[in-house]
Amino acid sequence: MIMAKIYVNGDVQNVSLPLNVSELIQLLLVENPEMVSVQVNEEFAERDDWESIQVKEGDKVDFLYFMGGGQVE
Amino acid sequence: MIDFTEEQIQRYSRHILLQDVGVEGQEKIMQARVLVVGAGGLGAPVALYLAAAGIGTIGIVDADVVDLSNLQRQVIHFTRDVGRPKVKSAEEKIRAINPDVKVDTYYEFLDSSNALDIIREYDFIVDGTDNFPVKFLINDACVMAGKPFSHGGILRFRGQTFTHLPGTACYRCMFKEPPPVGAVPTCSQAGVLGAIAGMLGTIQAAEALKYFTGVGELLTNRLLSFDAKTMQFRTVPVRQRDTCAVCGSQPTIKELIDYEQAACDLKHN
Repeated sequence: MIMAKIYVNGDVQNVSLPLNVSELIQLLLVENPEMVSVQVNEEFAERDDWESIQVKEGDKVDFLYFMGGGQVE
Repeated sequence: MIDFTEEQIQRYSRHILLQDVGVEGQEKIMQARVLVVGAGGLGAPVALYLAAAGIGTIGIVDADVVDLSNLQRQVIHFTRDVGRPKVKSAEEKIRAINPDVKVDTYYEFLDSSNALDIIREYDFIVDGTDNFPVKFLINDACVMAGKPFSHGGILRFRGQTFTHLPGTACYRCMFKEPPPVGAVPTCSQAGVLGAIAGMLGTIQAAEALKYFTGVGELLTNRLLSFDAKTMQFRTVPVRQRDTCAVCGSQPTIKELIDYEQAACDLKHN
């Protein structure tokens, strides 16, 4: 098994390859994956490409979440 | 060149003392026009600090009235203001803090029919809204009008913010479109620690003041997020996306969109 060290939201994570972005999301039990924006190495990852983007050693993966605001209606 | 009165020199002395601000910087602040959308948890500290700083004109958009449940974090409104329009309550406090500031109030919702006309009147826009349809509306309108803005979001114990200038990453570069209706809880559904609104709002106010004075580096092409539970702050680099539907090289969004609002977010009167 090939292991790789990646950075998820800045924290080191050891994962086994092969692994694509969709599988990483499942592995990390990301809450509401349909709500999340993903960046791989500071590039926006289109949702349609999540299955085809393979994670590799040293990759930086960031999950961006929707957040509302102050004015409560 | 503004002739400062003795009183103004005294009032703004702590700004004037700052080498990076000085009299010139204070003058820029006093000539600035800022629009604050939403006089709620974020808009309250933003408006208070911008008023204290001497921003020339502050516009406030809000169609809501003060509710008792707002007072836990919307520090511009007082107990006696419950039931009054938020714009009126906010205007009164701004004037009490600093009579130099001109206040424009818009007691209405921001939507595709009025957004561009209102935004065009200002130099910098602060997003202090709670809902995604308006967040995308502000983003798109500011991109179309070539206006800088500060985005802000809070939820439970967390907050996030970035600043947009023409040519830098916009909200759609990071989040392509609003989440499905009801998919993301709002503060009214999930709750928020009141002080989080102050933390995030004061960051937004500082960004506005940095923009006008040219001090330092704005929060552009970076998304700042923090979790008050751990007090960890993190900035994620983000880039302007060439394929972005509104600010990319071939924009497909050329008119403002009124997205559907979550039913539970609508006001029941």
